[in-house]
Amino acid sequence: MTEPLSFELSRPAVDPPRLPEPDVGSPAPAEALPREALRSRPLGLPRLSEPEIMRHYSRLASLNYSISENFYPLGSCTMKYNPVANELAASLPGFAGLHPYQDEDSVQGALDLMWRLERALCAVVGVERVTLQPAAGAHGEWTALRMIAAFHGSRGENRTEVLVPDSAHGTNPASAALSGFQVVEVKSGPDGRISLADLESRLSPRTAALMLTNPNTLGLFEREILDIAEMVHATGAMLYYDGANLNAFMGICRPGDMGFDAVHMNLHKTFTTPHGGGGPGAGPVGVKAELVPFLPSPTVERQNGHLTLDYKRPQSIGRVRSFYGNFGMLVRAYTYILAMGGDGLSQASQDAVLSANYLRKLVENDLEMPHEGPCMHEFVASAQNLQANGVRALDVAKALLDKQFYAPTVYFPLVVPEAIMVEPTETESKATLESFAAAIKEIVARAKTDPQSLHAEPTNLPVGRLDEVAAARRINAYLQGASDDPVLRWKAPPEGTS
Amino acid sequence: MLEKLGVESINDLLVDIPQSLRLDGLQLPNGLSELETMAQVSALAGRNKVYPDRLTFRGGGVYRRFIPAAVAAVTSKPEFYTAYTPYQAEASQGTLQAIFEYQSLIAELTGLDVSNASLYDGATAVAEAAMMAFVHTGRNEVIVSGYVHPEYVQVLRAFGEGRGIKVRKGGEPNKKTAAIIFQQPDFLGLLVDTRALTAAAHDAGALAIACVDPISLALLAPPGEYDADIAVGEGQQLGLAPSFGGPHVGFIACKKELVRKLPGRLVGIAHDAQGRRGFVLALAAREQHIRREKATSNICTNHSLCALAAAVYLTYMGPYGLRQVADVSFRRAHALAERLQSLPGWELAFPERQFVNEFPMRVPKAPALLRRLSRKGILGGLEVGRWFRELKGVVTFTCTEVNDARALDELVEAVSA
Repeated sequence: MTEPLSFELSRPAVDPPRLPEPDVGSPAPAEALPREALRSRPLGLPRLSEPEIMRHYSRLASLNYSISENFYPLGSCTMKYNPVANELAASLPGFAGLHPYQDEDSVQGALDLMWRLERALCAVVGVERVTLQPAAGAHGEWTALRMIAAFHGSRGENRTEVLVPDSAHGTNPASAALSGFQVVEVKSGPDGRISLADLESRLSPRTAALMLTNPNTLGLFEREILDIAEMVHATGAMLYYDGANLNAFMGICRPGDMGFDAVHMNLHKTFTTPHGGGGPGAGPVGVKAELVPFLPSPTVERQNGHLTLDYKRPQSIGRVRSFYGNFGMLVRAYTYILAMGGDGLSQASQDAVLSANYLRKLVENDLEMPHEGPCMHEFVASAQNLQANGVRALDVAKALLDKQFYAPTVYFPLVVPEAIMVEPTETESKATLESFAAAIKEIVARAKTDPQSLHAEPTNLPVGRLDEVAAARRINAYLQGASDDPVLRWKAPPEGTS
Repeated sequence: MLEKLGVESINDLLVDIPQSLRLDGLQLPNGLSELETMAQVSALAGRNKVYPDRLTFRGGGVYRRFIPAAVAAVTSKPEFYTAYTPYQAEASQGTLQAIFEYQSLIAELTGLDVSNASLYDGATAVAEAAMMAFVHTGRNEVIVSGYVHPEYVQVLRAFGEGRGIKVRKGGEPNKKTAAIIFQQPDFLGLLVDTRALTAAAHDAGALAIACVDPISLALLAPPGEYDADIAVGEGQQLGLAPSFGGPHVGFIACKKELVRKLPGRLVGIAHDAQGRRGFVLALAAREQHIRREKATSNICTNHSLCALAAAVYLTYMGPYGLRQVADVSFRRAHALAERLQSLPGWELAFPERQFVNEFPMRVPKAPALLRRLSRKGILGGLEVGRWFRELKGVVTFTCTEVNDARALDELVEAVSA
């Protein structure tokens, strides 16, 4: 079952929506403005009635898996339940109706919420200050690296390299490169953790920072984190924390105590702001005292209960986003933190670790476990044991879709062949974890008896596996001028066809 | 569960964490019931002053507009707002098709070939466009022409610094110029000569980047018509609440020659083995999860849900609805400008320049005036002298379809009192 595009549903007979009439006497734009300033081609937007629009988008919604309906064991993405109270809070007129350029006196509640959220995040990760401006995790990474660059620069040091483990998220090297650094890869050892010997050999006076996730993307805690921090700091470099995996240890330990100087957080992972099908998120960055002068401008300050925006920050890296960040997401995260409290957040992390270990145990004989447990909040398995039957991690993922589970992250981290990365989160019940494990068992059994059938998965979804290679070929043809079909947008069929 | 794992407590699973790092909980208050949580959050909301839509005359990048109920009815569907980035296409066709429709709508609106799946906001969209020009031309300077939103320029500078890109205010392009960036209408609401600016960029071998107001494109020539290479802008007006500045959505569209330099997600059409049409993330080889440090951008999470809102808004409005929204806003703004400039001591700051629905006025004693309006529940215009020294005493006023004729009367009355 597929749904036509809104453009294909468009009917010229549909009346435009009723809107206010011009009730003032001034001339129409077409009379007042010079012709060359005006649009000459008609605007080709679709024309649908409201009931048609609502049905169209309701049908599209029904084509999606989502955390509200499905288990989403997507490793590294922390797909946990998004409390509905968060949505209500963000939609309160006292928040949603605020203009960003209102006087400070008229937005004291909003600034206070930002200040309180900052304090709470400081408590969770163990830092001095937090900027709430970055709009997403990658944006936060880049913001932190700009601060680290400014810090070294302020000391007259020209440090040009950022070290990134081979198991890191792709955003790490990309953020480092966009921040003007050269990326130097650090190898993982056989136990899945960063190799101290390799790290030692990469560190130099050119090193600006080491970017690290802990637990790493294999779900393993870097046991030697204190030694790592010492080695990095001894060369004058800084230690950067990728907060993708913060859900593993709230209330258990803190990146600040581990020696990290800058920490980004994903409010859309750990603090339950919804993913929205790919955003909006929010990627606040916490820093230790040394980096505070370089925080993006403005910061929120509180004196005698009065809140202000501080723009007088001479060493600031400047502004990384318009206004004050994704404020609506900040409201949601703050609501979650209030409701959970310190006790609830700690419990959430403990439950997430328990869920991951339990699920790992349930499937440890079905898939390969390249690294020894226990894991933290996620684990990485490998489907290499199915390769003899011609079955790959992707086939396992697609077969899970047919069983109403979203697929785990596959082929990441890159250091594990045929990786299947599973993060169950604290949301899922024991029964859900067991039914997921049963699904894995069945798929693995089928890989041995009927591997061909797995290549055809999924069969019960609106579409089967889509041919991305053919799609890329058509896009190339368009980009090279060999075809008129843009593939990346709808285009009206030529006149006379239907 | 613990038994199955052969451990006594969760602590036994945390053995890899050095003992010296272990905490005894967090220094935060304990959790609250939903009732208590909402009471606290509502109390914070209650400490903010919310101006009625119809009495809001402040813009500067964020505008009060009519938001059809259909927008929230769609974006609050959990199947949309609690889904993840659509990596597994077969289980994400709703999100993928909605983004494809959004891309098509933005391409249509801007008159350019291809739009991406969205960016964070107007400011980062400007910065990303400058990065594209830098990579495409191999030149390391961009020129910001005229009154471009000052916060967009600040973000552009911060982005540029990392890549060694110089940001120059005004002046003639030369062999080092990667792009000329201009805003139409500009930050003050005034029309700029987009054709001349575009031609000047092209004559110097640079790209033309147009930062545009999406509603105005129902009236004004879209970037594709004057041959701009990249169009960017802030999509807040397309169905999103002001929300103290975010989340909103940045849009970016370009000519097909530049598509491989586009940052972020792109959705394209693909087919399954049975020939059924579906939608997939396309040209991923530009992106960080494949290219790592060689990616066109580090962007991963974009603003899909806001893009969905924009798609619903534009579909609801259709070509004639959007045209009427732009038309009504234009007329009201001109009617207001006419009345305000007849007040003693008030004058248009740039009387020779055309505008759409936002305009700058020289106003006597602006701070006191704005305070007086606020006491009457009116959010008056924006003092732009805070960013531009030469514009001390200049206030920009904006009108949209939400400011009815009575609201204009109330403003003029309050000003004259």
